[in-house]
Parts: sequence; C-alpha cells; structure tokens
Amino acid sequence: MISNSERPGQCEISLAVNGEPKTVRVYPMARLLDVLRHELGLTGTKEGCGEGECGSCSVLMNGKLVNSCLVPALQAAGAGLTTIEGLAPGPQLTALQAAFLKCGGAQCGICTPGMILASRQLLDKKPKPTLEEVREGLSGNLCRCTGYMQIFEAVMEAAGGNPE
Amino acid sequence: MRSAPADFTLRAPGTLQQVLALLATEPGTWLPISGGTDVMVQYAAGKLSSRQLVSIWNLTELRGIEVLPDEVKIGAGCTYTELREHDVIAREFPLLANAARWTGGVANQNRGTLGGNIVNASPAADSLPALLAYEAELVLVSVRGERRVPYHGFHTGYKKITMESDELIRVICLARRFSGYLQYSRKVGARNAQAISKVCMAALGRIRNGVVEDVRIALGSVAPVPIRLTDIEQMLKGRRIEPALQGVVKKGVVAAIQPIDDIRSSARYRAAVAGNLVAEFLAQLVDGGTLA
Amino acid sequence: MKEEQIVGKSVPRKEGRDKVTGAARYIDDMTMPGMLYGATVRSQIPRGVIKKISFDSRFNWAEFVAVTAKDIPGKNCIALIGDDQPCLADGVVNHPEEPILLLAHQNPHVLRKAVDAVSIEYEPLPAVFTMEDSERCSQIIWGADNTFKTFLIAKGDIESVWEKADYIVEGEYTTGAQEQLYIENNGVIAAFDADQGITIWGSLQCPYYVHKAMMALLNLPSEKVRVVQAETGGAFGGKEDYPSIIAGHAALLAMKSGRPVKIIYDRMEDMTATTKRHPSRTRHRTAVSKDGKILGGEIEFTIDGGAYATLSSVVLSRGVIHAGGPYYWPCIRIRGKAVATSHPPHGAFRGFGAPQSLFAMERHMDRIAQVVGLSPVEIRRRNFLKFGETTTTDQVIREEIDLGKFLDRALVLSDYHAKKSRFVNENQIGPVKKGMGIAAFLHGAGFTGSGERYLASVVGVEGCADGTIRVLAASTEFGQGTNTVLCQIAAEALKLPYDCIQIAQPDTNQVPNSGPTVASRTAMVVGNLVRSAAIGIRQTLVAGGLHDSYSPEEFQAACQRHVAEHGELRSYARYDPPAGVFWDDQKYSGEAYASFAWAIYIAEVRVDLSTYAATVEDFVALQEVGRVLHPILAKGQIAGGVAQGIGFALYEKVVWQNGRMQNGQMTNYIMPTSADLPSIRVFFEEMGNIHGAYGAKGIGELPMDGPAPAIANAIEDALGTRFDSIPLLPEDIFEAISNSEPSEIR
Repeated sequence: MISNSERPGQCEISLAVNGEPKTVRVYPMARLLDVLRHELGLTGTKEGCGEGECGSCSVLMNGKLVNSCLVPALQAAGAGLTTIEGLAPGPQLTALQAAFLKCGGAQCGICTPGMILASRQLLDKKPKPTLEEVREGLSGNLCRCTGYMQIFEAVMEAAGGNPE
Repeated sequence: MRSAPADFTLRAPGTLQQVLALLATEPGTWLPISGGTDVMVQYAAGKLSSRQLVSIWNLTELRGIEVLPDEVKIGAGCTYTELREHDVIAREFPLLANAARWTGGVANQNRGTLGGNIVNASPAADSLPALLAYEAELVLVSVRGERRVPYHGFHTGYKKITMESDELIRVICLARRFSGYLQYSRKVGARNAQAISKVCMAALGRIRNGVVEDVRIALGSVAPVPIRLTDIEQMLKGRRIEPALQGVVKKGVVAAIQPIDDIRSSARYRAAVAGNLVAEFLAQLVDGGTLA
Repeated sequence: MKEEQIVGKSVPRKEGRDKVTGAARYIDDMTMPGMLYGATVRSQIPRGVIKKISFDSRFNWAEFVAVTAKDIPGKNCIALIGDDQPCLADGVVNHPEEPILLLAHQNPHVLRKAVDAVSIEYEPLPAVFTMEDSERCSQIIWGADNTFKTFLIAKGDIESVWEKADYIVEGEYTTGAQEQLYIENNGVIAAFDADQGITIWGSLQCPYYVHKAMMALLNLPSEKVRVVQAETGGAFGGKEDYPSIIAGHAALLAMKSGRPVKIIYDRMEDMTATTKRHPSRTRHRTAVSKDGKILGGEIEFTIDGGAYATLSSVVLSRGVIHAGGPYYWPCIRIRGKAVATSHPPHGAFRGFGAPQSLFAMERHMDRIAQVVGLSPVEIRRRNFLKFGETTTTDQVIREEIDLGKFLDRALVLSDYHAKKSRFVNENQIGPVKKGMGIAAFLHGAGFTGSGERYLASVVGVEGCADGTIRVLAASTEFGQGTNTVLCQIAAEALKLPYDCIQIAQPDTNQVPNSGPTVASRTAMVVGNLVRSAAIGIRQTLVAGGLHDSYSPEEFQAACQRHVAEHGELRSYARYDPPAGVFWDDQKYSGEAYASFAWAIYIAEVRVDLSTYAATVEDFVALQEVGRVLHPILAKGQIAGGVAQGIGFALYEKVVWQNGRMQNGQMTNYIMPTSADLPSIRVFFEEMGNIHGAYGAKGIGELPMDGPAPAIANAIEDALGTRFDSIPLLPEDIFEAISNSEPSEIR
C-alpha cells in the first residue's frame, strides 16, 4: 500500500463523494479510480481494463456517467461523485439494485457496480426506456457472464415496464 | 496502469487566458487535456510522451453551442453527449450527431470533446468526416489573438495538424445551409458500440431535376488523414446518377484512398467497404430519401 | 417428479446483496499490513536460451525483493497432470511471456518501472507456431515428437463401411484461440509465516489444485498450505489451473520477503500471458447411405496445446468423446492429438474441447445434408441417438431421449420454416441476406469416465451452534450460482428455509475437497453430496430424538442442543461411483459420462453485404437438462454461454505474431456489447437424471457448444458460401465472396 506521507508534486483535492465532503492529497494525475479505491477506501468501483472499454470503473460525476479510470484526480476537484456505495443511502436497496437481484442481473458481480450506475444514468435520462434504449445506454459496460439478457430485464423491471 | 502519477504534472489554471499564457511561455511543453478519453488511454498504457499536462476540461470559454442565423458555433470543449442532445445539431447536422452517438459508450461520450477529437487527429476519429462534409471552419486562439481557418487542410499527415504549439481550438463553426440535402453517415466497426472504425463515412448531396447539384463525400480510416473524395465529387457534379456509374465510382473510391492492413482490419476490406458505402449513398441520393 | 419447495425455485442469490451494493470483496479490494506488490519479468521471445539477466544500475535494487528459479524450495514445476511446466523459467524459455523473474516492492508504480529495467539476453532457438509445423517435426520443441497426447476411439468395423457407402463426405474445420475475458483479472495475495506456513487468497476456481501445486513448489506439507478463494469476478476455466502459477509466484515472493505479497495482472498481461481456448483442426471423412444415414466414419481431431502439456490431455479427451455429436455411429474411428507450439500454454475454457469438435460435427452435418440432398433438419432427424443405442464410445443411452421432438419444438420456437421461405424471397433484393442455422449437440457433465471416482470428492454439512446449517465444500462461486444452488439443495434435503443455510468460504483449512469447480459438475455431482451430507445431519438429529416431521424451529433447537452437548455436528459425504457405470481408460470406451444434457440451438443470422458483417438477429436455445434447479440462474447460464459462443463465432479473434498475442486489450479483442447481441431465448426440457442432485444435469458448459456451428450454418444458408473456420470476421466473409461476382447493391 502506498503510504500517505507528504510527496512533492501531490496536491490537495476537495470533492464530494456520496454526499460527503472529502479532501485527499494525491498526484494530480492519479486516476480518479485509484483515489476512490485507495485514498477513500471505496472499493465498490472496479478496474476491469484500465482503458475505458469495460465500464467496470464507471461512477457518476456531477450526475454524469464517466469511466473513472480515465479521469485525472485534478479534474474531479469540486465535483460531486456517486459511487455504488452511495446509491443506497441506508440499508434499504434501491429499486434498481433490488431488480438486479431479483432478475439475475448480477452473476460474478464484477461489472455490477458500473452496470448499475450506467442503468441509473439511463433511467435518470429516460425513466421509461425501450429495450433499444437500454441496449444503447449500457453498451459501454461489458458483462461476460450474463449475455446481458437479465440485465435488460432488471432495468425494465426497475423502470416499471416489461421487457419486449 | 503503466504510468507513474508521480512522474507527471497536471495544472488546471481555470481560465482560457491563463491556459494560453502557459502555452505561450513554454511552447511545446504542455499537453492540453480535455475529457481525456484519448490522452488517459495512452497514459494508462505507458505511452504518453508528454509529462506536463494542462487541463482545459470545463473551461467556460470553450463550452456551449451558440446558434446564430447563418451558422452554429460549437465550443471545442463540447462533449459528444452535448452534441447529441442539442436540438439544432440533431436536426440540421445529423452527421455530427450520429458520429457523437457512435463514439464509445455513454461514459466516454460524457467526457470526450469535439476539439479533442480533432486535435488527437486519429484517422479513425468518428466526427472528422462529418466536419469535412459540412466544410467546418475552426477558430484557433492563442495569446496572439484568434484566427479562423477552414477545417479542410487542417490535417497535413498522420496525426499532424496545422496549429501552432501555443494555440487551442476555441470553436468549430458550421454553416447552416444543408436543409434540402440528403445526409448520409455510416460507421463500420468490429461491433455496434465501443468500436474504433474500420471505415467511417459522412456525405451530403443535393439533386435538382435528377442531376447532382452538390455532393460532398468524406471518409475516415482509409488514409492517414480523414479525406474528401474531391475527384469523385467533381465527376458527379452536373451528372445524373445511373447504375452504370456505380462501377466507375467504386473504382474511383479505391483509387482515392490509401487504406492499410492493421490490427483491426485489412486494406482490401476497407477499400471494398468504402466503395460499397459510397454506392449506397448514391443510391439513396437518387431516391431522394434521407438516411441519418 | 416430487413436489419440492426450494429446488426448482428462483431463490435470491446467496451473495447477491453484496454484489449489488459494492460490498463484495475481490482480491484487489483487499490489502494487508506491510503488503508488497509483486510483478513478473517475462520472456520477450518465443523460444531460446537465457544468456544473461541484467539489472539497470539506475535502480536501487536493494529496495526490491527478487526471486528466480534458484529460490524455489521444492520442485520448479506447476504440479497438475504432468510436471513439465516450470514455475519460473530456468535457463530456457519456451513461449513468449513465460515468467522468468519475480520482483516485489511496496510501490506498484516503481515496481512497474523496475520490471522494464530488467534486460534479458537470449540465444534464440527456432520456434513452432502452427499445428501443421508441429506435426511436421522439423523442429522438436517438446518430448520426442511434439505430441502431448493421443487418443483413439474405435467402434465397429470401419474398413467395411467405405465400400457400402453411397456417399463419402469429407471436410476440414478449424477454430481459433479464444480468451476467457473474465472482467476481473487474475490476482492473488500470499502471506508466509514459519509456523502457519503459506496462505494464499486468490481469484480462483479450484483451491485444492492450488494447494497441491504449492505443496510441491514450496516443499511444504499439507497442513502448512492454506488456500482461500476470494470473491471471483468470472473465471470460465481461465482460473482453473492458471492460479497455481500466480499463487506460486506470490508465495515465493512472500517467503523470500517475509511480507504479504499481492500480484494483480493488468488486462494486457492477463490477456497475453495466461491461458486460452485450444485452437483446433478437425478432419471428417464420413460414409453415408443414400437415405442420409451415417454408416461410419473417421474423425481426426487435433488441438494446439501451446508450449507445455498442462490440461491438454483432458481437453483432448473431452473433445474426442464429443466429436461424434448426438448421432448414432455404427462404427467410427476418432483419432485425437494434442501438439506443442511455442505459445503460452492453452487451457480450460468453458466447453473444454467440446465446442471445438462439435463445431466441426455440426458444420459437417450440413455438408452431408447437401451432398445427400436432404435438409439440415432431416439429416439430423435421421441420425439422432435414441434410447438403447450406443454412442461413439459404446455407451448405451439409457434415457428415453427423443431428439426429434426437441428439434420440432426448436423449429417452432424459432419459426424456422416460415423464416427460411421468407428469406429465400427477401434475399433476392438488397445487400442484406438472412439465413437460419441449426446445431444439435450433447454435453457430458462431470469428469470423464473414472475421473469422478479418482477425484473421490468429499462434502461436509455442519450444524452450527446457533442452529443454522453450513455447507462445507471446496466448490467455488464465480457467478454461476454455486453458493445459491448448494444451499438450495441443503435446504431442500433438510426441509428448512433457504435463509437458514449458509455456505463456508472455500478455505482449504475449513472445507473438504469436493473437487475442482469445473466440468459442469457442481450442481450435479457436488450437489448430490451436499444432499447426502445434509441427510446425514438429519439422521443424526433424528437418532438423537428429533421427530421426523419437525418444524424449522424444532430442528434449530435440536441442532443447538446437539452442538452444546457434543461440541460439533458434522456430516460428510464421499462420492460413490454409481453402479453400472464402467469406463475403460485403455480402450477409451464405455460410459464416458454418467449423463448427457442434450440441446438444439437455432440461429437467425443477418449478413450485410455492404459491410460483410454477420450479426445474430434471433437465437433459440433449447436444452434438456434433467432438472432446472433454479430457473433464473439456469437461464442466466445459458444466455451467458450463448453470448460467449456468439463471440467465439463472429467477434473474438486472437491476433498472433511470433507466438505472442498482439491484441491484448479490450479495444482490440472484441467481445459483444449489449448492442450486439440478439434476444437470446432460452427454453428447457426436463427428463430427470438419476445421477444428479434432484435430477439435475450439468449445464454450465453446454451452451458453449452450439452457437458457433448454428451461426456458421446460418451464414452458409444466407450466402450460399461455405465457412468452415472460426472466428469468422467480416474480412473473412469479404475475402470468400469477393472472388465471385460482385453483388449489386440494389
């Protein structure tokens, strides 16, 4: 584990994570993914590829889905972030998380945090999406286990509709 | 992750003037980074040669889409999502809206910018053929002021652009004169989303009394730079599009492009598909229908 | 079938809540005090002698821990089947990315640079990159003749069949390497203590495989090796044997440094250095009667094992046994061969040889249909195995299977005939051509032949002090539902609520060896043991006074009492080979598997000739699986497997150069996104299985076998052009048809 001792070149960055103000001392080019996982101990956001292809690292930054492996820490200064840990404020699961559980949307679970956040983004923009819109909205999140079928069902269930 | 953050500097001065001042005092030293969807990939692969970066993400001076009677001015810092969701872009510049829709997935669209796409200058960049077809103009800005240049000719070679090392693109200007044109765009990649294009086409055409009045055909991924097929355009102007023309056009396409074999595809495939797409566009032009 | 309360229902995934809240902890989410990071210096050439290893003097190497083959306390090998694969190259390298030297440091960024600062000089040796080159033996790279293993399956009198044949149909079919592409890269943490020994936490499928390998590598007795499976983000076979390598590396660094060591691969290292599906080449020569009956034939099935033997003999075994498909062969010769090439060793990937040989068989059936003048439907119908007939290994089919009826159902579900007629017309106009393709197949679950007997799996069930029940098995969860299904079975067997059952984390200190989590054996074989062991708990409590028709509360109380009195309540069940199941390892004949699952898959494919791209528009997956234990999990397994099969057919190509994978990134190794897959429509038939828990057959790998040939068959239907090689990319379709008349776009 990299120690938190002072290093020249590091800077203090303040941001809000899951509604809580946080200040971290990191290199400006540290990846937001690593800031979340190491500095803040929020390991729910995962690294699958490190190149912005798989979406396992997706979080909401100022309400917009981004791949945190491609965001330098300095660019998250002053931003409001939502990670999977912040989706459900208390012990009660959100409708989306409950739907993923009910419909089999999570198998091995490694893509799940990013997938749920991408679904959250989709439903925020389109509360009653068509199946096509779900396919498109999740096309930046790779899942190797499910073949996506039950993920679509989960999203449609959470949206209150029925999959076509 | 194959780069050490400790080896890099990133500054975010916060205003355009401050960024330009930095670029002017140390030209060639500071690499501007906007949404980072290209730069950060290189960084993660350990292939980013610049160690000093300056953030132009979220600079208000580079954001926004200004709609004027004759033209639309797109801030270079506009993301693909903003392009997709803008009413006038979607309606009048569908080639660009489509390119925005095809770039990466939602997360990358929320960060990738039009300016970044131009400056990164990949021959496979999705939005560049649309800009060529629309004959975009760029406003470049530096401490020395602004200059407005046609986008055509901006790319002089593989990943080479005619921009000074202390300049940034501020806005991309599109003339609002394409109603009545058929607009055709198509991207061919290895899959339907999250794919680097193997061939990418954006084209506009207008027919009057069965004769081609104006036509612009732009292709990406088939040459070191995105290109307009000007020879074919010249040949088509003033002519009727007939079935017999198809073969000639396809040969002309193959002659005009320089596709390569690479890890994604082959030169022969790219040439064949480019020919097919141009033929498909011309077929639609004859029909007069619109394919967005 | 009996009326079950829990088995057959879609109960909540046992560890599901943690997965949807981000609480599930995978290896890279874990740290330990004083932990170092470890990394691997790997060969940059395919084959050669190591002449010199140099360390760039600009680094302070005293900060690093370095390990070479000389530091290995035990045997420098990855103990698996043969012992030919070294843990660290010692003087020679036999494939690109072969591990040579290990480094550890507390700063992973500094470590990364250090790996690049080690230079290795080699004297290159000639390498072999194709199966054909390997067979030619102009260069020997392994053993006496580059051959890891051969098998011969011989049934009936093959020589007589050629004269009787009305048709002799030949074909050659090839499949490429495929990367498992679990979204979580390989990772382990190792910690060493002189008293406790070595502890490994890993993303892995088989804790006891790693346990065995560590004993040999580190020269430690069984009780000084502890392996714990962490939450695992996908595996598909790619974490069956490979973890023994990464675990060995972390363990060596941990032993030398005296500190815990974490090794996590990034995507490029994982893709380029770890195992892939074996590339294959199958040659068919089949004698067919004029009414389309298979009279007999010869199949030559060859797989590329890479540089070391590892699992190739077992992949070969499964491939040859499945090579004849779900058909009756009066006589057959199947010759299987696994050969060495200078690639990183290929390994387990869902299906394990069967997707390769079944691709060939199902393409070949369509070829036979054409030659004989029958439809793809009819040729299959006339040759399906039936009750009482024997398979290619002379195994008698003892279930009343009616594949013709399944075929009929699949044809209806897919609207096959109507679509085919429509396509004939629609394909006349425009660049889009559509086609339908069928694949019929079978999959034997569990270890082959005497394999399960040899494994002698043991499962425990424990009554806990609080009255709940805990399943003790080495079977691992990596998305397929192990935790859920084994708990369901225990709950059913004990007639307790599902929520009363937990399952222990697979930790070799805590759980007995229930065998590896492979071969689609978990629900079927291990599930049965869970059931037995759970019944043992009940028997103990009943013997102690609990009445037969207890309520859950009464059971709980009895359990608590028993534990308070006796200290513990445990029941173990050991695998008992079923009677009447005989397998001859020498002749490779007999009952290869306790049971087969059967399937008919139908693909609707669309080819756009302006881009030459094929996409799957609709997919029907119908399978007979004995008993569906958990409908949602079962559907999820089939859909996920079909998706991987579609990738295998149309998208996933490993680009090799000098033995090294060139496209080791997710940008360039293409798996389907949500925008690429059709609706995958999954249907089940259930005929029970006397050898499986509650009648279940294994299903995890089955769905991998059918999609690729169904798709290739559909593409031929659409275009009239034959494709016998996968992956089949648009570039390949273009090359094949560009030689014929260019088609008009309108």
